[in-house]
Amino acid sequence: MKDRIVGQVKRVNGPVILIKDVTDAAMMEMVRIGEQQLIGEVVKLHDGSATVQVYEDATGICPGDNVYGSGMSLSVELGPGLIGTIYDGIQRPLEKLMGVSGAYISRGVTFPALDHEKKWPFVPTVEVGANLTRGMVLGEVLETERVMHKIMVPPSIDECVVANIVGEGSYTVEDIIATVVLPDGREEKLTMTQRWPIRVPRPVHDRLPLAQPLITGLRVIDSLFPLAKGGTVAIPGGFGTGKTMTQHSIAQWCDADIIVYIGCGERGNEMTDVLREFPQLIDPRTGQSLMERTLLIANTSNMPVSAREASIYTGITMAEYYRDQGYHVAIMADSTSRWAEALRELSGRMEEMPAEEGFPAYLPTRIAQFYERAGLMQSLSGETGSVSIIGAVSPPGGDFSEPVTQHTKRFVRCFWGLDRSLASSRHFPAISWIDSYTEYLAEVQPWWSQHSEGTWQINRQKIMELLQKEVRLQQIVKLVGPDALPDSQNFILEVCTLFKTAFLQQDAFSEIDRFCSVGKQVRMLDLILEYYQRGSDAIAKGVPMVKIRRLKVIQEIARMRLTIENEDLAAFDKLQLRLERSIDQLGGIYED
Amino acid sequence: MRTKEETLLVHTDRLLLSGREYRGTSRIDGPLVYMRNTHPVGYGELVEITAPDGTHRSGQVLETSDEVVVVQVFEGTEGLNLPGTGMRFMGEPLTLPVSEQMLGRVMNGLGKSRDGSTIPQGAVEKDVNGQPINPTAREYPRDFIQTGISVIDGMTTLIQGQKVPIFSGNGLDHNKLAAQIARQAKVRGSSGDFCIVFAAMGVKHDVAKYFIDSFEESGVLDNVALFLSLADDPSIERTITPKTALTLAEHLAFDKGKQVLVIMTDMTNYCEALREIGTMRGEIPSRKGYPGYLYSNLAELYERSGKILGRGGSITQLPILTMPNDDISHPVPDLTGYITEGQIVFDRSMQARGIYPPINCLPSLSRLMKDGIGEGMTRGDHPHLANQLFASYSHVKDVQNLASVIGEEELTSLDKQYLEFGNFFENKFVNQSFTEDRSIEQTLDIGWEALSKLPSEELQRLSDDEIAEHYGK
Ligand SMILES: Nc1ncnc2c1ncn2[C@@H]1O[C@H](COP(=O)(O)OP(=O)(O)OP(=O)(O)O)[C@@H](O)[C@H]1O
Ligand SMILES: [Mg+2]
Repeated sequence: MKDRIVGQVKRVNGPVILIKDVTDAAMMEMVRIGEQQLIGEVVKLHDGSATVQVYEDATGICPGDNVYGSGMSLSVELGPGLIGTIYDGIQRPLEKLMGVSGAYISRGVTFPALDHEKKWPFVPTVEVGANLTRGMVLGEVLETERVMHKIMVPPSIDECVVANIVGEGSYTVEDIIATVVLPDGREEKLTMTQRWPIRVPRPVHDRLPLAQPLITGLRVIDSLFPLAKGGTVAIPGGFGTGKTMTQHSIAQWCDADIIVYIGCGERGNEMTDVLREFPQLIDPRTGQSLMERTLLIANTSNMPVSAREASIYTGITMAEYYRDQGYHVAIMADSTSRWAEALRELSGRMEEMPAEEGFPAYLPTRIAQFYERAGLMQSLSGETGSVSIIGAVSPPGGDFSEPVTQHTKRFVRCFWGLDRSLASSRHFPAISWIDSYTEYLAEVQPWWSQHSEGTWQINRQKIMELLQKEVRLQQIVKLVGPDALPDSQNFILEVCTLFKTAFLQQDAFSEIDRFCSVGKQVRMLDLILEYYQRGSDAIAKGVPMVKIRRLKVIQEIARMRLTIENEDLAAFDKLQLRLERSIDQLGGIYED
Repeated sequence: MRTKEETLLVHTDRLLLSGREYRGTSRIDGPLVYMRNTHPVGYGELVEITAPDGTHRSGQVLETSDEVVVVQVFEGTEGLNLPGTGMRFMGEPLTLPVSEQMLGRVMNGLGKSRDGSTIPQGAVEKDVNGQPINPTAREYPRDFIQTGISVIDGMTTLIQGQKVPIFSGNGLDHNKLAAQIARQAKVRGSSGDFCIVFAAMGVKHDVAKYFIDSFEESGVLDNVALFLSLADDPSIERTITPKTALTLAEHLAFDKGKQVLVIMTDMTNYCEALREIGTMRGEIPSRKGYPGYLYSNLAELYERSGKILGRGGSITQLPILTMPNDDISHPVPDLTGYITEGQIVFDRSMQARGIYPPINCLPSLSRLMKDGIGEGMTRGDHPHLANQLFASYSHVKDVQNLASVIGEEELTSLDKQYLEFGNFFENKFVNQSFTEDRSIEQTLDIGWEALSKLPSEELQRLSDDEIAEHYGK
């Protein structure tokens, strides 16, 4: 790496470095700067000079320092061993770095992303003589208890014939596991790893229409604003409104096969929290530790800003790699605003013309390109896999009209807007039922219909209508007080209040409530609508509303999310029966 | 293109040249000095400046190229002229010699003596910019700090190693609160080795004096290192003060195993000094003229708190900032809130009503309290109790709004109960005296007393057992 000098430093302005006397550097080429060998990437070439963005703190770099070319674009190493590992924005394994440089991340340290010593149990799935095309699977490795890692022909090889393949056994990611012959007669040796440039989407066979919801276990999402597998969603919210907590919850309990969690310019302790908590949590679906399906990227707010810019791409490339193996992958990007700000900072230092609020004019293009990498795909080998993107947005001042939120809105189809006033009153998740929307209803409706005896869509609509009515009624109450409303309308307020405490709120710290099964969600919504129906009937018969809301059973409904276990659906039958009886009894008293 | 031998030569030259003095600058603009015709100078290098009168100042390379080097001078450029100013580029970043003996001393923003006395020179030199802590090396903070202040302990519990700013406004009691926390804070059941690092940026002399007096009164002054860069000191010095302070804090916490509380006031002045430099350099600003990198810059300070596995000590940060116009969406509080692990928010109307500390708990938050409270740490009912107080108090605000429209008499009897609860909460739970040091049990009991003003069926965040045990007792 130190042999090919591509130029010398001319000027240093923070993470942006101008290089002079440039000979043969290529766009997006990864370079090393100075004797400290800091990692950088060529982002601009202009006659004889180049602009390089450095991924590490630039202190000490001098005009005249050599810049060395690597001949590669900034790329990631893909293969068994990614899962359970925590990387920085340019895929350096943080645990290994700690071994070398201690508690603080020092500069110029590199480490291969994958463990090159560890042996993996490889099982070939093709034989000598097999004709393979790019992306096809030639063997498997059990990467974790729940992830069967498919070893694929790298997309750079269009077509080949297997000349040799190793038998079942243990191999490192560097060992040659197969030799293939290309159509022109050249031989190529394959290992279990491949490299892929992070800024280029991995090729697929076809994009498929979305059909299944990504079940998150959060009721307000699944029941009101569902996301489809392969879909995109933005979670905007001011500080402390619950973006990170929501993403942690989804990363823990959603029904994706693989989770890629990107801490992009956020807090160090939050990543420590994930590292500490995930291995101990058991996935209710597989009974295995949640770490067995999770990859982490941590480029915290105090780590270099260019690596923050790269972290988003590093993450999505790894996600695509598992998608190609036929898995449903969900990416949490916390926060895409920090990524956009990194773009802004770098652009400013390159003295580019700014557009809105100092952001570069290409911001919308970059956002669009990122979200376009989501989708449900048929991979080159014919497998179906998906990448869903869940991107947090941190608008300055919590104001959604700022450029990053606005442009993101253009390119995502689902929007979970967090509301500061909900968060202040500790209504969590603080997802606003007024600002949020989803465009995936049509896609996921058949699935939900199957899982709710057909009631999902109609129930969802009923409750959304009640919530809309509530807004109007609240306005009246604010002017003239609640006494001015007839009981029938006051009861709508009452039911909505109950719906908020009993259904929309979810306690991330309660063992029972932190994840809600599909069955439980359906029954809970049923029950609340049943309450509305029977209560309204009783009020029409003259029962005063206060009597209804004081019923003991209402207290039980209010706490059912915390008391009834996910699988204990029989408890809902009992609750329903008690509700019916209690209201009937009341009705009985007032009938005569 | 240079050969390897030539490269080596350049490096040797550079080594020899560092420390060599250049005279005559090409431009001075605010705190920035431009120098041409130097040897190649590294980005971020420490610079020693000799003023025409022979005094020395220090600076740092902000931008370097083969033509011109841009240096910011921490003591300001007053008295410098073009021909008479000398510069030495030291070939290394700005460092601070640190030692435990700095406790009990009053220093300027660069860690030099303020009163002419000699500051004991430590054997260890540390880069003031620090380095990012590897997230895998962090230890998740979870030890509850009892401040003796109910609204903090009960509602926004402080954890050892947390960073929580006070969002205040001009003329509010933030200094008093910080002093009270500094005096009363303890981790129960631990006899940790405590000390305080205090950094003042652009505050008035009387504020600094207030803190010094209060440290002295509580007998901890010997355990406090003060870095003062006051209102009449050059504004550029403010940009380095918190870094210097945190460099010492890191040494005390992670090399010496101490529990360090860092109080930094006022972060708004720090940010304004950064804005000044940015504007001077013609950078493209983002919101309200603040530089686009303000978030990263603040993060580099705030993230220097926490705990590191196997090191024993901790850094707890209590930055104070005044919100211009009491506006919480102003870039300084806003970006701070996005980085810190919660915030304590002051409310002018509460202070006007004579409530001390005037903390509005609804926008306040402690993100780390979830792992530091409850059974075995504070008390089993604490999490649900806090949750219920938040929910009920937030309803009080709605009722107050309603009452202001339709009149208090028109309220339902339940809503009237809420008002009563709200009054009790503000005047008995939140309100306390500057010298009152409540135990967490006292705090929680007062919380229950407040909730007892409400009918028990309103308390949906509490379990039946908790209500049975504490309600109305
Ligand atoms: N689902 C939840 N259940 C309980 N508490 C929650 C929930 N969501 C958020 N909170 C509370 O709100 C606090 C802030 O949440 P979070 O850290 O997710 O905010 P954020 O939007 O990511 O903020 P920032 O932009 O500053 O990172 C948490 O520390 C927790 O106290
Ligand atoms: Mg967050």
